[in-house]
Amino acid sequence: MIPAKFDYIKASSVSEAIGLLDKHGDEAKLLSGGHSLIPAMKLRLSRPEILIDISGISGMNSITEDGNEIVIGANCTHAAICNSDLINSDLNILAQTAKCIGDIQVRNRGTIGGSLAHADPAADYPAVVLACDANIVVEGKNGSRTIAATDFFLGIFTTSIAEDEIITTIRFPKVANGNYQKFFQSASRFAVVGVAVVKEGSGVKVGVTGVAGTPYRATAVENAYSGNSDAASHAIEGVEDELMSDHFADTTYRAHLAKVYVKKALEA
Amino acid sequence: MQISLKINGKTHSHDVEPRISLAQYLRETLSLTGTHIGCDTSGCGACTVHVDGAATKACTLLAVQVDGCEIKTIEGMANGNEMHPIQEAFKENHGLQCGFCTPGMVMTAADILKNNPNPTEEEIRHGLEGNFCRCTGYHNIVKSIQHAAETLNS
Repeated sequence: MIPAKFDYIKASSVSEAIGLLDKHGDEAKLLSGGHSLIPAMKLRLSRPEILIDISGISGMNSITEDGNEIVIGANCTHAAICNSDLINSDLNILAQTAKCIGDIQVRNRGTIGGSLAHADPAADYPAVVLACDANIVVEGKNGSRTIAATDFFLGIFTTSIAEDEIITTIRFPKVANGNYQKFFQSASRFAVVGVAVVKEGSGVKVGVTGVAGTPYRATAVENAYSGNSDAASHAIEGVEDELMSDHFADTTYRAHLAKVYVKKALEA
Repeated sequence: MQISLKINGKTHSHDVEPRISLAQYLRETLSLTGTHIGCDTSGCGACTVHVDGAATKACTLLAVQVDGCEIKTIEGMANGNEMHPIQEAFKENHGLQCGFCTPGMVMTAADILKNNPNPTEEEIRHGLEGNFCRCTGYHNIVKSIQHAAETLNS
């Protein structure tokens, strides 16, 4: 399969990429690892006229500590996240999540920024950025702004990034007690259901992916939580009308899995 | 678009269309047909090569993306007529049946063993998540990689 014709430009700076996005509008697409975009282009589900490759922009693949936060460059691969000592010690939930994305080859190329921007409803990171209250930093022609994870995902493959904006970094607070539990789609390794839980004091934050068209914070579980996993019965409250259904799992089975995996994550 | 990259130690420069994948470039422009194209959608892993040392599915990578990179394909594994220990182990342990998936299996095995020279059977099986063998000969593939690890560590 060969994609439709396009022009390819390798951007050397964030400002150059923003300028190109501004100039070409919706004819352009950003390319980083390409592991979601290129298959979509081969299937002609996506036909950009111009690909702007941002993978070579320096400074976009660092992982650093800033006070109580971990700052991750958007071009960091899943493999880099798996192997980062800083993330393994101070944001272990993210390392744990990155390790269960795709396979070795996918983790070597796919990036956190690309995955978030693509907003696949079965992707793993959305559950974790939601549960951790991470912030996504984007830059556009009008400067830089920070989007809270809870405001970031708008729907299937839809985010609040504007057309001229590019994700530069993702800022995570350090997390001492968190875990991610996933029911794998056995061929694609995507999440049929993925649940991230972060425990803080007597409270809990719960992010859910794969269940509804938009990943969500299971606030009903958070409100009902009293130190055990009974609150898992509230896993789909508020999204009952948005449950996804496909040949892997219909809505009834997905709803069941959501409760089971919230329970597992609360008990882990 | 002009690209220049090092493949199995030799520099190649060509004018390629941006939409051509690395797998197509290897097979059709350079006649390096050891890299197989199976599913062509990054599922099966038959097209696995190393890009700057990391196992990568060449069907989901544009040739223009790897301009300036170092690529190793299955053709670059042997040392002249002497097979790489992983290739030798596949031969000795019946690690292949039809052979279609084998180049990708060998390249992924090399990545697994580079990062984890003493993998457990479970770690090998997890490491092969991105490679399909439709003869379902996984048992001997895992055995081959275990034997290759022993040889490489001895």
